[in-house]
Amino acid sequence: MNVLDETVNPVEPFLRTDRMPHIWCPGCGIGTTVNSFARALIESKVDLDSLALVSGIGCTGRVAGYVKLDSFHTTHGRAIPFATGLKLANPKLNVVVYSGDGDLSAIGGNHLIHAARRNIDLKVICVNNLIYAMTGGQTAPTTPGHATTSTNPYGTFEPAFNLPHLLDASGAVYVARWTTFHVRQLSRSISEAFQKKGFSFIEVISPCPTLYQRRNKMGDGLDTMKYYKEKSKIKHGAPTSEVGLTLNGEIIVGKFVDRDRPDYQSMMRAQYVESLGDRYVEEPAECACSDC
Amino acid sequence: MIVLLGLGDQVAKGRVSIVVERCKACGFCVEFCPTHVLALSSAFNSKGYHPPHVVHPEKCSGCDLCGMYCPDFAIYGTKAAEARIAESKTDEAKPAKPAGGTQ
Amino acid sequence: MKADPRGVLTGIHFIDGDHACCEGALAAGARFAAGYPITPSTEVVERFASRVPTVGGSFIQMEDELAASITLQGGVWGGAKAFTVTSGPGFSLMMEHIGYAAMTETPCVFVDVQRGGPSTGLPTLPAQADMMQARWGSHGDYEIIALCPNSPQECFDLTIKAFNLAEEFRVPVMFMMDEVVGHMTEKVVIPSADEIEVTPRKHTRKSVEDYLAYGTNGDMVPEMAHAGEGYKFHITGLTHDERGYPNMTPQTQDKLVKRLQNKVRAAADRICLFEEDRLEGADVVVVSYGITSRVAQRAIDLARDRGLRVGKLRLITAWPFPDKKIAELASQIKAFVVPELNLGQMVREVERAAAGLAKTIAVPHAGGGVHNPDEILNAIVEASR
Repeated sequence: MNVLDETVNPVEPFLRTDRMPHIWCPGCGIGTTVNSFARALIESKVDLDSLALVSGIGCTGRVAGYVKLDSFHTTHGRAIPFATGLKLANPKLNVVVYSGDGDLSAIGGNHLIHAARRNIDLKVICVNNLIYAMTGGQTAPTTPGHATTSTNPYGTFEPAFNLPHLLDASGAVYVARWTTFHVRQLSRSISEAFQKKGFSFIEVISPCPTLYQRRNKMGDGLDTMKYYKEKSKIKHGAPTSEVGLTLNGEIIVGKFVDRDRPDYQSMMRAQYVESLGDRYVEEPAECACSDC
Repeated sequence: MIVLLGLGDQVAKGRVSIVVERCKACGFCVEFCPTHVLALSSAFNSKGYHPPHVVHPEKCSGCDLCGMYCPDFAIYGTKAAEARIAESKTDEAKPAKPAGGTQ
Repeated sequence: MKADPRGVLTGIHFIDGDHACCEGALAAGARFAAGYPITPSTEVVERFASRVPTVGGSFIQMEDELAASITLQGGVWGGAKAFTVTSGPGFSLMMEHIGYAAMTETPCVFVDVQRGGPSTGLPTLPAQADMMQARWGSHGDYEIIALCPNSPQECFDLTIKAFNLAEEFRVPVMFMMDEVVGHMTEKVVIPSADEIEVTPRKHTRKSVEDYLAYGTNGDMVPEMAHAGEGYKFHITGLTHDERGYPNMTPQTQDKLVKRLQNKVRAAADRICLFEEDRLEGADVVVVSYGITSRVAQRAIDLARDRGLRVGKLRLITAWPFPDKKIAELASQIKAFVVPELNLGQMVREVERAAAGLAKTIAVPHAGGGVHNPDEILNAIVEASR
């Protein structure tokens, strides 16, 4: 017996289906991360009406345009400060930053470390494809040494950022890394981040078959996924200084940092209460509208 | 817009639904299905990609790993129990579209 | 609607322009600011940091102006009225995000307390050399509104106006102070809250199903929603359609960018504020703004004492530029005299609008101090010949 299917893909309610199919390449892993994200939202029972998603510029930055949430596609590198503003003006919002490695750690690097230092309550999903993909495959701070890129046609020679280490040192309360192969673990990490207050950073290593993999003769998206499956090692709690990536090397994944310290707004409140006592007015008297 | 390409029989625990027009033939679903239910078909969607099709429907467990891996939101698996509930909501059986056809 | 009394420091004060600007922002309903220190503007946010915890809202000092200029916009979309303050070098850093505010139609205020430039220049001394930058500083075609106070009292009054215009037209408004106006201390009268008119956010009343982030009902300014209200809208700096979705075609570009321009230009007559005095029958009109207008007043008085027929046109709104007023005057007078603390910026606009019907005489100043009134007087005398 054949019937028209009335079941729905669990990710479908989270998508702006009027914008499908999306622009990401065949074998790109960004869409895969969105599946994990959607399932984490379902699992965590996050109230979608008070969820805001902010992205920067780049291939991963396009996530904001495809999710059916209050979403903001901001400027290159500045998703985190924009997200900070959203959160401070409306502390009831759950704010996710969804952006790429170049956007977050190069042009956005300063904002990344300060937001982590401050422990602003943001959930940051960093899709790391080791390259500047949208603009055609230039070297990123995360590109492993000796890779070929469009701006290092003879091979890169700079050391790459070890992002978990950077975020650990900056004070993030939750730091994890997965690859797009680890769909369920990634989803679980995102759910865990939603349970925490403070700055959470989840790095997802993802293929860029069109540029990074192709220029480095690493096959296509599927070959890369197989490489992730084969060469990943789960090491929860590994010292973050030891999880750097190398070209074609081992990928240490897992949850590296899970600690508690007061988030920015808790600290702000505590300070004002101590200094001002009853004079402290926490919420604005009314929002900008004349009627809410 | 959904083409049902494989309905499990009484033994299968799940079934796969494929949105042919979104597929970019990356091959993730074929590779990572734990029971090797899928293979890329020789059909084309309107962009020229070969979408997957179900070759072993009886082996589908409805685990939805295909759905979790798919970067294009073009496939998902559901457990048969859910499918039976969905079926009972339809007034009458509607004919399925031809396998491998475009939308 | 009337101002929220919690933000209004009613009374007679003896404060400088920077402090008055902060009070204006609070009176206007600003409850969020993101800043970064830069002389001679810092006092505005220092005062805000001190005041806002007892008024309601918050302030955050960000790690740089790049962050401050976008954090305030996050605050706007989170529901607050928000602003930042800076001076030349910070203003330059903020340019990308001024463009983002224009493109996404984010109502907000950028205060620039101008100082000597270019580059690090003269951090503690005045100039008015960011006027063209205020208009054209970001890439692409967009319109902004710019106001120029010439006293601490105006720093209070016009900051409220700046916020009101920002909300009405959904544009970033440039509040162009200068170091002298910012650091001069004068009497500032702050009325009671019910005497202050405040423009509320143009918030949509549409249902979630019907709301379009950039839908216009023929009035060119779309209605806004805030994050967290269930509208699930999308905002992007990419060229977008009425849904807010990226739509990168020449047709969408044409429609969008022209609307961004026209929503301000079509209302230019209403937006343009200036102070005029004895324009009727004048031979020469002195066009000035900010602190220079006060020096110019002295020169005008001296010239009138000599029997010269001198009119005064003080720009309160520098952008949009009052083309019509200048064109109308140009056909009636001999010359415009335009003193500025720069080497010729707004004078170009005067010359353009005058279209050759009257002479335009610049009285430039490289910055670092104010004109000697005699420099302006000499120009008036020259122009009257």
